[in-house]
Amino acid sequence: MSGHTPPVQDIRWIGATAVVDLAGDIDLNASSSLQQQLLRSLDRGPERVVINLARVGYMDSSGVATLVKLLSRTRKLGVELLLARMNDRVRSIFEITRLDSVFRIVATEEEALG
Amino acid sequence: MTLPLGKPIRLTVLSDPAHLPLVRCMVERVCEMAGFDAAGAHRIMLSVDEAMTNIIRHAYDGDTHQPIDVEFSIEAHDDGCECLRIRLRDYGRREDPARIRSRDLQDVRPGGLGVHIIKECMDSVQYEPAEGGGTALTLMKSIPGKEQMTS
Repeated sequence: MSGHTPPVQDIRWIGATAVVDLAGDIDLNASSSLQQQLLRSLDRGPERVVINLARVGYMDSSGVATLVKLLSRTRKLGVELLLARMNDRVRSIFEITRLDSVFRIVATEEEALG
Repeated sequence: MTLPLGKPIRLTVLSDPAHLPLVRCMVERVCEMAGFDAAGAHRIMLSVDEAMTNIIRHAYDGDTHQPIDVEFSIEAHDDGCECLRIRLRDYGRREDPARIRSRDLQDVRPGGLGVHIIKECMDSVQYEPAEGGGTALTLMKSIPGKEQMTS
C-alpha cells in the first residue's frame, strides 16, 4: 500500500518518446494530481508517450478515467499513447471496463519503444 | 482463520480519500478469510473501493469528514450457499436508486465506470434508503466452494 506516493515518479525522454514512470496506488486520492502531472509529458511535443505501470499496485476507475482523458488529448494531438508493464490486478480493471481493447497495452517498455 | 457466521465485523471510516487504502487492505483480508482466492478478493475490493468513491463524491460532495459505516458478514442460505455480505451506509444526499446505473461502455469517455465495475464484480447490488437518512448499499458475493453445500 502506498497511497501517499506521488503517482508520477519520473518522465524520461528517449528520442521523441516520453516514458512516464508511475508508482503507488492510483485511486481517488492520487488521480487529481496525476492528471496535471501526466499532461506535463505533452509539454515538449512528444511523438509517443509510454506510461510505465510496473510500480503501480492498484488502480481504480478514477485512475482509468485519468488515462482516458490523456488518451483523448493525445489523439487530438496525433501522439501515440501506450500502456506498458501493467500487472494482472491493474489489467483486470481495463478488462472489466472493456478498455483493454481501446488502449494499446504492451508487456514491456522495449516493446513500447520498438 | 475463517470468518464466523453470524458475527458481523463493523467499522466506521471518514469520507476521506486518504483512508481508502486502509479500507482496501481490510476488504482484501476479510475476503481471504472468507475463502476467496486473490483474484476474487481483488474484484470485491475493487467494488467496495468504487462504492466508497461514489459515496465520497456524490453523497458527501467531497466532504472528507463524514461517516461511512462498513459491515462485513457471512450469510448462510437455506440451500447451503454461503455469501459474503458487505453493507456500506452513508448519511449524505440520497440518489434515486433507479438513476444509479451503468453507462454504455461503447461510449469511451472518463467517468461513470464505478457502477458498472460494482455490478460486474458482485452477484447482488442493492441500494436502499437508510432509516434516518442516507443510503445503504448491500453487496453480496457467493463464497467459492460454498455455492451449494447441501444436496
